[in-house]
Amino acid sequence: MRLTLRVWRQAGPRDAGALKQYEIPDVSPDMSFLEMLDVLNERLERQGDRPIAFDHDCREGICGSCSMTIDGRPHGPQQGTTTCQLHMRRYRDGDTITIEPFRATAFPVVRDLVVDRTALDRIIQAGGFVGVATGNAPDANAIPIAKPDADRAMDAAQCIGCGACVAACPNASAMLFAGAKVTHLGLLPQGQPERYRRVLAMVERMDMEGFGGCTNFGECHEACPKEISLATIARLNADFLKASLTRRDS
Amino acid sequence: MELNAGVPAGPLEKKWDSHRFELRLVNPANKRKHTVIVVGSGLAGASAAASLGELGYKVQCYCFQDSPRRAHSIAAQGGINAAKNYQNDGDSIHRLFYDTIKGGDFRAREANVYRLAQISVNIIDQCVAQGVPFAREYGGLLANRSFGGAQVSRTFYARGQTGQQLLLGAYQALERQIAAGTVEMFPRTEMLDLVVIDGQARGIVTRNLVTGAVEANLADAVVMATGGYGNVFYLSTNAKGCNVTATFRAWKRGAAFGNPCYTQIHPTCIPVSGEYQSKLTLMSESLRNDGRVWVPKRKGDKRPPTAIPEVERDYYLERKYPSFGNLSPRDIASRAAKEVCDEGRGVGETGLGVYLDFADAIRRLGLDKVRERYGNLFEMYERITGENPYQLPMRIFPAAHYTMGGLWVDYNLMSTIPGLFVLGEANFSDHGANRLGASALMQGLADGYFIIPYTLGDYLARARPAPVAGDHAAVKTTLAEVNGRIERILAGDGKRTVDEFHRELGRIMWECCGMERNAAGLRRALDAIPALRKSFWYDVRVVGTGQEFNQSLEKAGRVADFLEFAELMCRDALHREESCGGHFRSEHQTQDGEAARDDERFAYVAAWEYAGDDREPILHKEPLVFENVHLATRSYK
Repeated sequence: MRLTLRVWRQAGPRDAGALKQYEIPDVSPDMSFLEMLDVLNERLERQGDRPIAFDHDCREGICGSCSMTIDGRPHGPQQGTTTCQLHMRRYRDGDTITIEPFRATAFPVVRDLVVDRTALDRIIQAGGFVGVATGNAPDANAIPIAKPDADRAMDAAQCIGCGACVAACPNASAMLFAGAKVTHLGLLPQGQPERYRRVLAMVERMDMEGFGGCTNFGECHEACPKEISLATIARLNADFLKASLTRRDS
Repeated sequence: MELNAGVPAGPLEKKWDSHRFELRLVNPANKRKHTVIVVGSGLAGASAAASLGELGYKVQCYCFQDSPRRAHSIAAQGGINAAKNYQNDGDSIHRLFYDTIKGGDFRAREANVYRLAQISVNIIDQCVAQGVPFAREYGGLLANRSFGGAQVSRTFYARGQTGQQLLLGAYQALERQIAAGTVEMFPRTEMLDLVVIDGQARGIVTRNLVTGAVEANLADAVVMATGGYGNVFYLSTNAKGCNVTATFRAWKRGAAFGNPCYTQIHPTCIPVSGEYQSKLTLMSESLRNDGRVWVPKRKGDKRPPTAIPEVERDYYLERKYPSFGNLSPRDIASRAAKEVCDEGRGVGETGLGVYLDFADAIRRLGLDKVRERYGNLFEMYERITGENPYQLPMRIFPAAHYTMGGLWVDYNLMSTIPGLFVLGEANFSDHGANRLGASALMQGLADGYFIIPYTLGDYLARARPAPVAGDHAAVKTTLAEVNGRIERILAGDGKRTVDEFHRELGRIMWECCGMERNAAGLRRALDAIPALRKSFWYDVRVVGTGQEFNQSLEKAGRVADFLEFAELMCRDALHREESCGGHFRSEHQTQDGEAARDDERFAYVAAWEYAGDDREPILHKEPLVFENVHLATRSYK
């Protein structure tokens, strides 16, 4: 296949950046999207041009490194799929593809398609954990957990922290990300003691980092490679409301 | 160099308990005076950093990814072993110990493995307390499954994402400590060298991958949890960033490298599709619980799999290993696949593949049950290959996956450089010549949560590292050497990309030091690698500067180290004139093609000492003494 790529190039956070066009004459349908970029990058390097910077690591859809918006959709056109798992058989000969970084105030561009997503780590720091130090634990089977609860916790826990939800949201909100963690831990008995403190602290941090509020567009769920449910946001809101009305620790 | 494993005396079951009592403690008020560097944030690194932070040490944690949550432990699919015996099926600490020793083909240290089996039960408790959503039965208790190489169900799992969930548990514990101020996190910061002062590990030299700043960071001890070197094969199931640099640089500073030739080839990966392939994707071994492996009986049979009748199929694992069948250990299953492909019975366009068929499982369990167990893996397979595994058997082929070799450590997980501790896949310790499925997660977390918190304190209490100045001569020299290497890479004005060299190295290693090795091939590799290295320095082209975000430069540094390290691997493989576990020397096999171990000559750990760039490394041997198991021929028939 012959493809035309329009790729966002930006030398650094303060650089203006612009889309640059590249022709690739020999794309195989079995290539992954990132392998196509690898091929382009090797070509650029041989010419002495700077290759396109992009984050990637596991290339099997689990590490959450890749962070590209492809033709306006974070991670591209395939539902429930990270960029690294997108394969070129989705495309036709002659297609033009536009590739940009995940865009959000809270995700400053580092270079080209690479953005800084450490704001998500700081949301977890605020309360996305169970406060149990190593060695404190009772026997693993001491507290039975109903299978449906464990399964729903796992559904939410699958979040890979890529930030596609933020990039897709018109408000650049991180509610799906935070909702996934609040839901995962809130459904388990281990998460109960800190449940209401957690939700307040995470939401506060989210606001501080410059993420927007949720106005129920649902774009986050559409873009999420792990198809995290919007119900996690409802759950966060419910916990947040209850916590705000009943908070005792501040 | 002297190798002293420091295994405590006394009966096997009591060693760790009595050792923990012998270990010295650091007064809680003094812990905050000690700075400890942890390199890597995977299962071993994150759990170590979090646990040491909880104890009150001043911890600095470094990773090259943009977030500690992205370390490659995240990709482990299948599960984690623990001798809980919740299933009442005959498991015990001793059985997990024995299975691991036997699975490692009797090339691991007994005392370490026994301790691992003991600690395994605490790990599950800890992870559940953190909120890791393990699979459960309807009664609310934890579910287990059996996994490659074991006849009991002792594997705990979280769908096909066990590594992810365990890592997120450790990551969350780590973030909690970062918030508490006990751990300082340095993402996008890569360790490029180790600082050794007066024979003690006292810090690391890092490069900030965003700004390019090269700095020395000093501490009282260094804990490396930097993973394995599977990417020496270029194509592997490892993440693209996985590399040998940290361990290799520590080797050059005096840490012995243990058993570099022990690498694991995983039998169930998606086959290569073309020249531009950048990595190989693992399909969890748990698939072998219900999938049946086969190839056509006839050579060159090109019919579609569904058109090949039952009698014309060879379920070769079930035929050759009737008691373990499709669950045979990884090395055995991989070699068996290579064998049938070498005979010309491989499937798929390249002939480098075998079928993994779920038709029987779907008939027996129903589509829904199969979807519940493996749904996400089946989707992943379909995304990559464009084929639907509910209708057509999967095609799989072995790929480099894990490295059992690593820096040599004693019972306290300390390398031959005092103050340098090595955890997880980066050390050589527990898996001998072959690792069993679901044991890597167990080892990473055992090292990080439950061993290093004890042994590090003992070191600090005994060694009492003196304060060291930032402008110490050794710091300056190390910094200068790192800067020199970066400049040398950038100075080249060649024509070839870094990846071209890496691919070529990978081809040499896969062919000569992969699933099957022999003296002639290894000698060929030992000629080819230095030549390739020479042309790398002469002909590599890295665009851009060192003072910016430059991914080609990062890659070039890692490939440069692989180009040196590969030689050490081949040298170790050549010297080990026996077959054991993942190391199969074609000269050393039984009449029916099984590995022939030589316990008389090779029941030892090969620990290599760096002797200078133009001198051959020196081999040291740590004899392996087996007091509690009988050295048997490993049979899965």
